[in-house]
Amino acid sequence: MSAAAAAEPQAAAAIAARGVSKAFGGVQALRSASFAASGGEVHALVGENGAGKSTLIKILGGRIPADAGSILLDGRPVRFGGTAEAARHGVGTVFQELTLLPWMSVAENLLLGREPRSALGLIRRSALAPEAEAVLAGLGIHHIDPRALAAEVSLAERQIIEIARVVIRRPRILLLDEPTSSLVEREVEWLFARIRDLRSAGTAIVFTSHRWNEITSIADRITIFRNGAEVGTYTAIDEGEAITLMTGRRVEALYPKLPPVPADAPPALKLAQASLDGAGINGAGIDGAGALSFSLAAGEILGIGGLAGQGHRELFLGLFGAPPLKQGKISVGGRPTRIAHPADAIRAGLGIALVPEDRKSEGLLLPLSVRDNLTLPILGRLSQFGVIRGAVERRMSRDIISRLAIVTPGPAQPVGTLSGGNQQKVLVGRWLLAESRILLLYDVTRGVDVATKHEIYELMARLAGEGRAILFYSSDTEELAHLCHRVLVLRGGRIAAELAPPALDAEAIVAAAMREADEAHAG
Amino acid sequence: MPAEMSGRAEVRASVAARRPRAAHIIGQNIGLVLAAAILLLSIIVFVAMFLIQQHRLPGNFEITSTVDNTMPLALAAIGQTIVVLTRGIDLSVGGVVDLTNALAAIYLAGSFTHMIVVAILVILVGAAAGLVNGLLVGLGRLQPIVVTLATLSIFQGLAIRVLPQPGGTVPDGVTAFLVNTNGPYALLFLALAALGWMALRRSRIGVAIFAVGNDEQAAIAHGVNAVRTKVIAYTIGGAMYALAGLFLAANATSGDATSGNVFTLTSIVATVLGGVSLFGGRGSALGSICGAFITTMIVNILFYAHINPLYQSFYEGLFLIIAVVLGAAIGGLVRRGRA
Repeated sequence: MSAAAAAEPQAAAAIAARGVSKAFGGVQALRSASFAASGGEVHALVGENGAGKSTLIKILGGRIPADAGSILLDGRPVRFGGTAEAARHGVGTVFQELTLLPWMSVAENLLLGREPRSALGLIRRSALAPEAEAVLAGLGIHHIDPRALAAEVSLAERQIIEIARVVIRRPRILLLDEPTSSLVEREVEWLFARIRDLRSAGTAIVFTSHRWNEITSIADRITIFRNGAEVGTYTAIDEGEAITLMTGRRVEALYPKLPPVPADAPPALKLAQASLDGAGINGAGIDGAGALSFSLAAGEILGIGGLAGQGHRELFLGLFGAPPLKQGKISVGGRPTRIAHPADAIRAGLGIALVPEDRKSEGLLLPLSVRDNLTLPILGRLSQFGVIRGAVERRMSRDIISRLAIVTPGPAQPVGTLSGGNQQKVLVGRWLLAESRILLLYDVTRGVDVATKHEIYELMARLAGEGRAILFYSSDTEELAHLCHRVLVLRGGRIAAELAPPALDAEAIVAAAMREADEAHAG
Repeated sequence: MPAEMSGRAEVRASVAARRPRAAHIIGQNIGLVLAAAILLLSIIVFVAMFLIQQHRLPGNFEITSTVDNTMPLALAAIGQTIVVLTRGIDLSVGGVVDLTNALAAIYLAGSFTHMIVVAILVILVGAAAGLVNGLLVGLGRLQPIVVTLATLSIFQGLAIRVLPQPGGTVPDGVTAFLVNTNGPYALLFLALAALGWMALRRSRIGVAIFAVGNDEQAAIAHGVNAVRTKVIAYTIGGAMYALAGLFLAANATSGDATSGNVFTLTSIVATVLGGVSLFGGRGSALGSICGAFITTMIVNILFYAHINPLYQSFYEGLFLIIAVVLGAAIGGLVRRGRA
């Protein structure tokens, strides 16, 4: 560990925050935090969710004002009235929550405020798409149609457009808040190639990520944040040390020991001859009509793995009836069950938790309280003559909050103000209250910090130990390998491989998932 | 989501092939396309009924009166559209039309220069009314529906104060200039308004209006001044309602401080028929102009179908629901086809 860098003179810094504080309501997001990044360096900002990284980036990018403290550009104090003013000072920001305008075209989004204009000063709408096309091509992006609406392109493509629209404005200081969370490896490589170009051109680049290998592969310096303030700035630090500094405690073993599945465990969920929809390999579509069958036992954690677009999401949503599977027989607890609507699934004892792709569209009702979100599916059971029994509702939600260790000032707190990990716990808690015997957990740890991941893992092991059946999809293959009794690797809507210990490890999952993709490439 | 491929430094084509340009243009303007189609359909039905009953095609008189009767609504609908595009709504349209109509009826008479000055002042009064709405919505961060419901009453009250009884006179010159009964010359003004819309669409403020209606927070993150945008949108809206008030006065050749009330609802109807999303950020004033003409055509059709005028609003409502349901269904099919 080399903490020497922390004492570097700040006058040379391209951008610096000095003693910055910011509170949202009663939550102190930043406590007199300081930070500095120089031109020509890539500076990673790491910390748990809620450590204040995003808040700092929003303040540096002019999105929100600080309550106290100062921002310095090249040592001179500045005060931004908005992102436009920050942009005029050469600060460009890609915010964590995507900011594309959904019903405007990719080209309009990309060129907003710098559209091609005619002699009369009017925008030449016909020139928008060609110019956007040229600009994207200059960045090595050829696959995004500039005429498409932003709402029509995939999440990863939206993220790339967000990055492109900032990069083409040639900022002197580039702030990237979790730019890679929705990108696949190939796209991350593209981004890092751009970052390296900008670095050699003297740009100061600040970025945040929860993926440690990305941080070590690109960052020149790392600043660790905890509880709204910096812990220190390092040029070399290993992951274990960093986690200790981020969490303030040691995370001994990330993955808990799984309770074994009893040999006589009854099947909780059976799926036979199901068809899935999906993009398939290279957009070729899925042909495995009626090819998917599996059985999930009580107390088992069954992992579902594979490349993106193989129908995982459709499977999870389908089992929950949102919308139902096109084809396939579902039986729950041995009884054939028709699931045409989420209400059927809830009645059958199924619960689903997933991280929606854009983080706010599915699952939780963010402006509503933790309590309302927890008791939503069981309001019928909680009510007498149509009136909710408040005392029972309060008792039940308090009980879940303490059982799952949800960090919230109280049950009345709006869910939207909680950290991502705690929002996930509320989702899981909802289905525990609904007495779901089968939990469908879809990528519940994405974008969640290490300590919260650890808590979610332990919760999963405990729930399996209680005899609940868990179907688990994760984009993180390490997680699948360590947290599942069995893993089914999907490919083209079929089961490409069924892996169980000792053959179950991350490499085996990736190998099974990639085999056909490689074949497709070769052909 | 694109299928993951083995590592490449460049992001390569992954998902579906690109759609042709025409498919984008139609798909992204489906509201406008549908509005034009419904307008065409209603014109065909009208002409057919006219032909059956009058044994001739509609002539200069029918066309001119249709255009003249639609002009105030078309102008008001353009204003409403600009407000709706910011994800707002303006219920004060009726009040502004009342007020400007009353002012025009009282003060327009005089020399030519006098008329020009008064007309401009009337438009400025409309713009000022819109400015009040815009400031309350933008700076005051109040709900548009509440603000404009309140200002509707206020402007209606002012109109009654200005012109307690129907009356006043609009000089023949004005009537002849704005709504020349010898031919559908008012279409010229409509073309000017359409050109104005197209210029707005291609200006910085036009882009800002669409951006704010798409996602206000995202627009702010893009450096758009959302408050200023809303203030300007409501102000332009107010000026358009004033133009509607002027045309209404010219049509009637006198003023009535309550004759504008209907425009609150009809301007929203025309906007919806025009395919403009009430959730903001999507649509075109060209669609709303079509929407305004559709409502007039429906009235014309009902007239020639000998529907009892008492039931007219019943059928108007019915047609509105059918049109909106059809529009939503076709729009949904198009979107699914594109997905």
